[in-house]
Amino acid sequence: METKTIAGIAIQVNDEGYMMDASQWTPEVAAELAKEEGIELTDKHIEVLNFIRDEFMKGNTLTIRKVGKSGIVDIKGFYQLFPGGPLKKASKIAGISKPSSCV
Amino acid sequence: MKKILIVGGGTGGTIMANRLRKALEREEWEITVVDRYKTHYYQPGFLFIPFGIYTKHDVMKPKGDFYPAGVNILFSNIKVIKPEQNKVVLEGGSVLNYDFLIIATGTQTKPEETPGLKENLWHKEIFDFYTLEGAISLSHFFKRWEGGRLVMNIAEIPYKCPVAPLEFVFLADAFFHEQGIRDKVDISYVTPLPGAFTKPRATQMLSGLLEEKNIHVIPEFYLESVDNEKKVIKSYDGNEIPFDVLTIVPVNMGSDLIERSGMGDDLNFVPTNKYTLQSEKYENIFVLGDAANLPTSKAGSVVHFASEVLFENLIGMIEGRPMLAKFDGHANCYIETGFGKGSLIDFNYDTEPLPGTYPLPGIGPFGLLQNTKLNHYGKVIFRWLYWHVLLKGKEMPVESEMSMAGKKL
Repeated sequence: METKTIAGIAIQVNDEGYMMDASQWTPEVAAELAKEEGIELTDKHIEVLNFIRDEFMKGNTLTIRKVGKSGIVDIKGFYQLFPGGPLKKASKIAGISKPSSCV
Repeated sequence: MKKILIVGGGTGGTIMANRLRKALEREEWEITVVDRYKTHYYQPGFLFIPFGIYTKHDVMKPKGDFYPAGVNILFSNIKVIKPEQNKVVLEGGSVLNYDFLIIATGTQTKPEETPGLKENLWHKEIFDFYTLEGAISLSHFFKRWEGGRLVMNIAEIPYKCPVAPLEFVFLADAFFHEQGIRDKVDISYVTPLPGAFTKPRATQMLSGLLEEKNIHVIPEFYLESVDNEKKVIKSYDGNEIPFDVLTIVPVNMGSDLIERSGMGDDLNFVPTNKYTLQSEKYENIFVLGDAANLPTSKAGSVVHFASEVLFENLIGMIEGRPMLAKFDGHANCYIETGFGKGSLIDFNYDTEPLPGTYPLPGIGPFGLLQNTKLNHYGKVIFRWLYWHVLLKGKEMPVESEMSMAGKKL
């Protein structure tokens, strides 16, 4: 765990760079986190991030399929917005904890 | 007369019918089980069929053999559950009322969810082994196959019995060795997970075994479609993997009945309190096993452990006591690793699979996260226990709550 200054706010992140306290998140923080991932945020990105945060705050488990059914993007579009691991990257930028897959 | 209705008469529904009938007065409580099909499948046995170890006769028995006397059994499709009215409507229109409902409708494979999967190569060069038909057609295929690229792919998480595809590739490795063609078979394990398993200690142990057996792991592959012409699987981010034979765990979803009744999440699993096993929405509905959206494995062992908690809480509720039993997500899975050996993992919501001994600390006889002959015998013996002890709701020689004793941190 370490403390980073992101968009002027002192934020605690874990070893993998995920924010420890989702309530510290702001759109400015998101923009900086996105930059670290090589992503320039668009309105579409923000819409997806808000959806992910809403679901997370409700205590729902997130999956790529669920985002694909959100009506905001399909799965392919989700991959295009957050190339590589879309759910992991989007979760990191959305300031929530790393999605855990339980099998 | 008060009524308990159990929807789904598989592993979970059968255990509950047996436990509840024993505990509740027949004059006061009527218990009914509704299921579509008359055959009970021993699903862990499907895995052995492609390799000629089991035949279909080893995995099928009539469901009716396992329900206790004094329980109504209805073999029928269900049109819809109306939870607001405490009613279940059967196909044909008859209505069943209930005071308490137990949903145990399981999970099913849905190959039609993936474009190209269930097309002309289906059960010819593309197989699942989660259905009896798939497992049998794969056994015919393997008898005459001379080698090539075998790709094992998992389409989506969660899926039933998370260790089954790992066991499948281990058994395939041993099978092709015995056939004398292992050098002609290239085995890949293609998964949407970041590694062979989700949790670090088990992944480390299993990755070692996979490497030892020359099985290639391709992680983070999220299946979009199958191209039957080119014989490749395609991921959403544009990667392609060629195959000569594809074995697949198709997308798993809860029953269509749950969707029709408007009671499921995006994969038709029922939102369930992970500790009490009560439906999140309806006080008099409990959910058992794969049908629930619990963050633990979809597996028979989980159903068995959860059934004890559900039983305690339902009886508590009937007697007007608070629900005190708490499910810990306990799962316990044998992993066949081929050549007469096996491994074993034991874990719950909070504790990842750890090395050690099970069920007796320091003694075993089974070794956790170890590859031993005894673990393999455990799996073999388990089939007998399943039919004769577990389904009947009798005491199994293991605790439902996970124990740290015998585990090494």
